[in-house]
Amino acid sequence: MSAVLPEKTDKAGERTEPVLVAEGLVKRFGNFTAVDHVSFRVDKGTIIGFLGPNGAGKSTIIRMLCGLLTPTEGRAFVSGTDVAKDPETVRQHIGYMSQKFSLYGDLTVMENLRFFGGIYRVPRKVLPERIRFAVTMAGLDGRENALVSTLAGGWKQRLALGCAILHRPPVLFLDEPTSGVDPESRRRFWDLIHALSGEGVTIVVSTHYMDEAEYCDLLALINRGQLLALESPTALKKRNLGGTLLSIECADIGKALHLLEGQPGLLDLAAFGNAVHALIDPARTTPEQLFALLSGAHVPVDHIVPIEPSIDDIFVRMVGEARESQEGEPGRRAG
Amino acid sequence: MFERIIRILVKELLEIRRDKWAMFRLIVPPLVQMLIFGYAATFEVYHVTTVILDRDHSQESRELISHFVASTRFNVVKIAATEREVRKEIDTGDATVGLTIQPRFAAFLLKGQPAPLQVVVDGTNSNTALIALGYVEQIAATFSANEGSDFAARIPGGIRARVETLSVEQRPWFNPNLDGRWFFVPGVVGTLSLILTVSLTASAVVREREIGTLEQIMVSPIRPYEFILGKTIPFFLIGFGETLLVAVFGVLWFRVPFVGNPFVLALGTSLFLLSTLGLGLLISTMVRTQQQAFGANFFVSNPMFTLSGFSFPIASMPEPMQWVTYLDPLRYYLVVIRATFLKGVGVSVLWPDLLAMALLGAGLLTLSTLRFRKALD
Repeated sequence: MSAVLPEKTDKAGERTEPVLVAEGLVKRFGNFTAVDHVSFRVDKGTIIGFLGPNGAGKSTIIRMLCGLLTPTEGRAFVSGTDVAKDPETVRQHIGYMSQKFSLYGDLTVMENLRFFGGIYRVPRKVLPERIRFAVTMAGLDGRENALVSTLAGGWKQRLALGCAILHRPPVLFLDEPTSGVDPESRRRFWDLIHALSGEGVTIVVSTHYMDEAEYCDLLALINRGQLLALESPTALKKRNLGGTLLSIECADIGKALHLLEGQPGLLDLAAFGNAVHALIDPARTTPEQLFALLSGAHVPVDHIVPIEPSIDDIFVRMVGEARESQEGEPGRRAG
Repeated sequence: MFERIIRILVKELLEIRRDKWAMFRLIVPPLVQMLIFGYAATFEVYHVTTVILDRDHSQESRELISHFVASTRFNVVKIAATEREVRKEIDTGDATVGLTIQPRFAAFLLKGQPAPLQVVVDGTNSNTALIALGYVEQIAATFSANEGSDFAARIPGGIRARVETLSVEQRPWFNPNLDGRWFFVPGVVGTLSLILTVSLTASAVVREREIGTLEQIMVSPIRPYEFILGKTIPFFLIGFGETLLVAVFGVLWFRVPFVGNPFVLALGTSLFLLSTLGLGLLISTMVRTQQQAFGANFFVSNPMFTLSGFSFPIASMPEPMQWVTYLDPLRYYLVVIRATFLKGVGVSVLWPDLLAMALLGAGLLTLSTLRFRKALD
């Protein structure tokens, strides 16, 4: 699925209304600005991923969009309805799932589904069939009468998703839905998300797993309450970092970082696993020069190669740039 | 609307049923408390430890001492020889009351003059001290009445002293033997249902906040009042059943009479529960964890108990304190519960108390519903 940009039209050629609109959302808690003038539009069937470190404001934005928090400034619309003005209507059109997988541990799988079906006003006629679907989707066939507290994380997570979509909401908010779940379950979960998106459900998902970013149609990079970028992963990766990115694999990362720091032509520097990612200005320095520098200081270098920037690299660079423009000091970072 | 209220109600009852200890917690502690209160809580004073110093050594002084020895109210632990010994007994706590019969006690009596009897009492427990002093006076009064008539009889043909006596005929209504238990047991019913329903309601809502299901419910199209009704009805039923259990136990076990109309008590109980459920919900909107809810419940229940007139008479409180008691639903409920148990009066008498509870209940429930939405911000 490709990026859905706000100007796009649907198959019939008509201009589509964005399903989700944020206009200058601000949330302050006392003196602390958790969300700082965030605006965006999302079309039907899009998976938009909110990416950012913990405390960046991802959850706060999601909670404002589904009416759990009142924005200090700005407005949010879901399917054309103002969230602040008519929360009841909005709530019939949204599903929400938080990282807590909020289920009743002392109730069975069935009892949880019946309860949430009831409070989401799912018509009695279709409820059994919807429950059936949710059980199968979660992979819990035959375990309908198990207490939820006895289920492992992955099952709880899929059951929570099943509960959140019992009323077939056109918009689904998932707040760090994959935290604390094993990789296999994460993959299965994303398969479900893509299936829902294929059926036209608009999905807002927040995560701090950068690898999950690739699964989204649209990425919103959030840092310190601000929206740094809103693009498709492909577009984001084509962004010009303003130099060449080198991956330097060497024995002593700490020493290498120390040596490279402040070298002429070095724009940015960060540790990534067992390598150092260095952004250089090719006109001022070369990989060979860096290799010589490190080798000369008795840091053996295994590889030094130019690489395609990952979303991680882009994100770190953008956070660095944002900080530089705010604080006016040269970029320096350690991943 | 009903559909959703019933969903929550069913879920709530399922959760209680799943909890293996719930039934135990709901039934055993109230009954144990009832037993403890019924047996231990009494204002009556018996067997007050007493030390006596007789400095007269007359027939009359020995007779006075025998009155104290014979009384069940006093337990004469020592006949002291010196003032110092009396002091020591009181200091060590071995005696609460010290009586000193002064020299020439008999001589004064024979002359028909006031005879000196000194009473020292350990005032650290002011209540017991006060009551014990009352009993000392009673015994002294009986003694002097007897002596007075003796004295009159012994004057041969002389001036007959006209000893005027004023006899008080006691007739306590509604509790002829002034049995303290009759006063306490109905009060315990009210106090227990206060503590139980406030804490159950508060922790039931706060638990949902802790596990995150409250948030999940808030994003659903459910309206706050639907949630609150679904959440409070089960605890209303539990509170009602609890009151019934404790009340029936009090009547059968402690033989406290129930002379009133059970429907009036049921009405009073329902109105009282509105206040306690409202209070529990209000607490739940102000706290984040079950521990905080527990603390808040303690903070609220204790003053409510003190100000209710359960054991401390409201009429004796300073006036500003008395105004505060008007905000205490337990104050009104105790009136209703004692009146229905012991007096047998009905709505025509109790309507001001019933109305006050209805207003407090409506106020608390409205306030907590309003606070409920804002609680997440």
